[in-house]
Amino acid sequence: MRDVAIIGVGMTKFGRLEGKDLMDLLAEASLNAMKDANVENKEIDAVYVGNMLSAAINHQTAIASSLVDRISIFPAAADKVENGPASGGSAVKNGFLAVASGVYDLVLVVGGEKMTSADTDVLTDYIATMTHPTAEYVHGITLPALAAMLMRIYMQRYGVTERHIAMVAVKNHKNGMKNPYAHIHREITIEGAMQSVMISDPLRLYYTCPISDGAAAVILCPADKAEEYRDKPVKIIGVGQATDVQCVHEREDPAVLKSCRIAAEKAYKMAGITPKDIDVAEVHDAFEILELVESEDVGLFEKGKAHLAVEKGVTEIDGEMPINPSGGLKARGHPVGATGVAQIVELVWQLRGEAGERQIKKDAKRALACNFGGFGNNTVIHILEAMWK
Amino acid sequence: MRVPRYWRNKLFRYRLVGWRCINCGAFHHFKPLVCKRCGSRGFREVELPKTGKLLAYTVVKIAPADFKDKAPYLIGLVELDDGTRILAQLTDFSQDELKDGARVEAVLRKIREDGESGIIEYGYKFRPLVG
Ligand SMILES: [Zn+2]
Repeated sequence: MRDVAIIGVGMTKFGRLEGKDLMDLLAEASLNAMKDANVENKEIDAVYVGNMLSAAINHQTAIASSLVDRISIFPAAADKVENGPASGGSAVKNGFLAVASGVYDLVLVVGGEKMTSADTDVLTDYIATMTHPTAEYVHGITLPALAAMLMRIYMQRYGVTERHIAMVAVKNHKNGMKNPYAHIHREITIEGAMQSVMISDPLRLYYTCPISDGAAAVILCPADKAEEYRDKPVKIIGVGQATDVQCVHEREDPAVLKSCRIAAEKAYKMAGITPKDIDVAEVHDAFEILELVESEDVGLFEKGKAHLAVEKGVTEIDGEMPINPSGGLKARGHPVGATGVAQIVELVWQLRGEAGERQIKKDAKRALACNFGGFGNNTVIHILEAMWK
Repeated sequence: MRVPRYWRNKLFRYRLVGWRCINCGAFHHFKPLVCKRCGSRGFREVELPKTGKLLAYTVVKIAPADFKDKAPYLIGLVELDDGTRILAQLTDFSQDELKDGARVEAVLRKIREDGESGIIEYGYKFRPLVG
């Protein structure tokens, strides 16, 4: 297996992007990443497109072939990768495997979603179809409702309070303020968050991510060729993916994201490192409770202790273990198929020292991205390392 | 497509009858080909207890398409007396009765009217256990 490097990253702004359709977004992010990598169109051997809902809400299928046509990267091999909200992470993993195997040398991975043109009701319904059809969906469950119950269990069991959840939201909004690509640019207070609209008791509006449009892209190549394209290449040193039982209520412990734990273990093993070697992380906070649960289950904090780290400011951009310096899904936004790729784009910028006002204080060498599909039954983890440090 | 999905699970949705793996004990709400926990293929039919406790609950305000006219409604994670966990809607709860750990019992109720097929679906919900 060959070592694989990221030589280019790019994204669109996330948000309510009037006048731009899904293909516009995928094309813009792709071209930004190709420019960053100093790669010509015809050099791309293959493209993997992470997207969940094009058929359902954009009335378009086979979008990977359409993207090739839009940005003139013929005759590149093209596939769409769908894995719910982990579509982006899965697409990067497929790109990684393709380069590692030796089959392709230059791979474009792009994730994107155009969501704001659909009604909230329609989106809620499509997203709820990720749940078990006859044991969850038939009871009228939604993802916010599953997050609300997880939050309640965490509050009963680990002494997490609503205030802790609000603190995570405040931190992510603060980071998002400094991110020009973020959907939400609004500073909020703990009190303001705790008075926001109740969505699914005890889950409030400010504890959930917005509905966004956007796309993000990376260019991969064999690590030993990376410096032919640009300086500061970032190596993907670990990849892990794992699945768990679909129904939350059938899991061994509904408060544990086992797919996260196993995916992380696999990624650490491939990288030959432990959680202590990670300097910064982007995790999938579609709901703020998930930032706590995931950062524990990937091993950055002890189970049931992440909220204490939040209290002490450990997860802030100037803390010892910055989490979601981009603003996370909460503030950067969550165009579903784009998220897993956008996490990696942010971490590459952080490792290169190109994150502007939101640049983390510590000199980071290794970074972890956790992209989470379904309600935690399919998780993709990537571990990145700055090759020049 | 939705109608067969509903009828296939009628026994479970009316009476909480399902299949337990003979090898590992995992419960399945319809007869599976293989056990999702251990992969073995032997099952026996079981009827679950109708009482248990509420592990966690929430209110759904923005609902999936077929439940839109029912929102807001209560939904809960229930642990039955034999330890099996299931998800269900909650009914007949007063604000005082609504707390994690509350004792509950299954009752048959109308779940939804399917917009496309016009079928009215019945199934279990959980209400506070009295006494
Ligand atoms: Zn079994």
